[in-house]
Amino acid sequence: MIEQVQNPALEIHDLTVSYDKKPVLWGIDLSVPKGAIAGIVGPNGAGKSTLIKSVMGLVPLSSGYVKIFDEELNTVRKRVSYVPQRESVDWDFPASVLDVVMMGRYSKVGLMRRLRKADLEAARYALQQVGMEKFEKRQISQLSGGQQQRVFLARALTQQADIYFMDEPFAGVDAATEKAIIQLLKEMASQGKTVIVVHHDLQSVATYFDWIIMLNLRLVASGPTEKAFSQELLEETYGGKLTLLTEVGELMKKGQYPTREKQ
Amino acid sequence: MKEVFIEFFGMQNPNVRYVVLGSVLLSISSAIVGCFTFLKKKALVGDVVSHAVLPGICLSFIVTGTKDPFMLIIGAFITGWLSILVMDYIVQNSKIKEDTATGLALSVFFGIGILLLTVIQHSGNAAQSGLDSFLFGKAAALIGKDLLAFGLIAIVILATVFLFYKEFKLICFDPDYAEAIGVPVKKMEMLLTSITVMAVVTGIQAVGVVLMAAMLITPAAAARFWSDRLSFMLVLASIFAALSGVSGAFISYTTPSMPTGPWIVMVLSLIAVFSFFFAPGKGIIIKLLKRRKIQMQLLEENLLKSFYKIGEITEDFKAARSNAELKEVRRFSSGQFREGLNRLAKQGFIKRNNGTWSLTAEGLQKGRRVVRLHRLWELYLTKYLRIAPDHVHEDAETIEHVITPELEARLEKLLEYPDEDPHSSNIPYN
Repeated sequence: MIEQVQNPALEIHDLTVSYDKKPVLWGIDLSVPKGAIAGIVGPNGAGKSTLIKSVMGLVPLSSGYVKIFDEELNTVRKRVSYVPQRESVDWDFPASVLDVVMMGRYSKVGLMRRLRKADLEAARYALQQVGMEKFEKRQISQLSGGQQQRVFLARALTQQADIYFMDEPFAGVDAATEKAIIQLLKEMASQGKTVIVVHHDLQSVATYFDWIIMLNLRLVASGPTEKAFSQELLEETYGGKLTLLTEVGELMKKGQYPTREKQ
Repeated sequence: MKEVFIEFFGMQNPNVRYVVLGSVLLSISSAIVGCFTFLKKKALVGDVVSHAVLPGICLSFIVTGTKDPFMLIIGAFITGWLSILVMDYIVQNSKIKEDTATGLALSVFFGIGILLLTVIQHSGNAAQSGLDSFLFGKAAALIGKDLLAFGLIAIVILATVFLFYKEFKLICFDPDYAEAIGVPVKKMEMLLTSITVMAVVTGIQAVGVVLMAAMLITPAAAARFWSDRLSFMLVLASIFAALSGVSGAFISYTTPSMPTGPWIVMVLSLIAVFSFFFAPGKGIIIKLLKRRKIQMQLLEENLLKSFYKIGEITEDFKAARSNAELKEVRRFSSGQFREGLNRLAKQGFIKRNNGTWSLTAEGLQKGRRVVRLHRLWELYLTKYLRIAPDHVHEDAETIEHVITPELEARLEKLLEYPDEDPHSSNIPYN
């Protein structure tokens, strides 16, 4: 069940990604409509984070292309925001909450320039949106997991982008934070922004997302949640290991075969 | 001593000026780039580069035949950079991990350096004498031309950090995000590496190959203890470095047998050790003091609790108790027992009367509160966490010391001011 849409916010075409020649995502083809809150689900090691990272240009593509608003990433970078996994950074870094949130403004300000007052206001506004305005001076190592996640979200919000990619924003956060975040995402979607979220908890899929991407090394489903989120497709995503696919991948790594032959 | 002091800090002597200025400039340069390598968790990169500049210096001497500092710096810069490229290449294209690659690059480059140095020393070229000072540094023999080179490099490093401060900060904290928002991460990394190599190349002339890593990392490590902001950390690291630079120069000026470079590192290390022990919040001593305070709190509260429990049994809370009676309720080590009772007496929670002890009104209140918290917590555990009543005591023994008055109020409200704990003991209120 893979539904393609006209005039998509995100289009992924024939995308293959390999780590050390071993493909971890095979031939992904999907599109996500504008204004959707899309969830990416799949078992551990299914390539969910890799999919987002490849869209953000953080891992090299072995084949295929990614288009955002029908453009290359580099031409629309100002309209794209990214929330990495919370654990991907060292929270013992000497910075305050405000410092981190201001980082979202760096690309707007540009190289070799100082942050302006407008950037400070944008950061404060974003902190308000995630309910962290009282913590702006707090050293980031003194935050709880949920608060750290809110800070990351606020940093992304300051970019005032049109499409947001979030890697497990609900991982290890408290219930109040989860509720606050989903509220915020729904608000953003109602303003026409597109939000694409790597998600782990199947329980909440139906209430959180209106578009669902089911992944396990290859794309199992991409479509409106009410159509695609079915028992049968879930079983296909989570059940039955694709041992053949994994073994072929291992062979490619062993022999260092190119993912695509040169034409 | 006073004359020496005035002589030194008056800086009438151009040699003193050179040494002091040179030491300070290169200490600050390496401290500032060191903060970034420290935060990127690449502390050993400085060590690799400092060893890898030796072959560059030798090659540059072989090619030009002079010891012109600018020429030597160029050679050093090239092989220093090369060592980093080699290291990255090994990590990316083999199964070898970063620590091994670091060791490999360091020893191979240094080995080639020593080889070339030996060849030059045996070549009979008279100009070569002093080239080996790169191994151990020669801060006390800095001359005007060296100083000019140091000054220029220091300016380049400071200007680069000033201009690209926010980008450097971001690539140290979250390189993926930097890449995602379009910061030219690769170029910024190259720039940061370049100024690191530059700092090493200059620093090495004062303190030598081996001590260079300390010049980079020690000020950053020390400053981190005192600061939770990157900007403040940079300033602090520079101050520590400058202080060490001046001290090192001063010590070797007063005692000619003392070398400048090693003394700079010595002073830096002293500052770092001091920070390690005494920095507020993160220092070891502060942590020990905090732990001791908690231990004393536990001891005092447990003693008061014992008084209260005897009172419950005898239905007389204020009567005098002997040591033996108290020890029957709860086991205390005899040293702690005496110390705790003396402290409580001093604080006015108990009174001493001829070898026995009795609670004051305040002591009674405090003891009662601890018992109340203990029993409230036991009730909370059985009621809300469904823990069996015979399993809650140990847990409550700790929590009774942790609960704040605010939490206590909430707990009481939640449990609706209960009268009895799970073991049917009375919960005492004031």
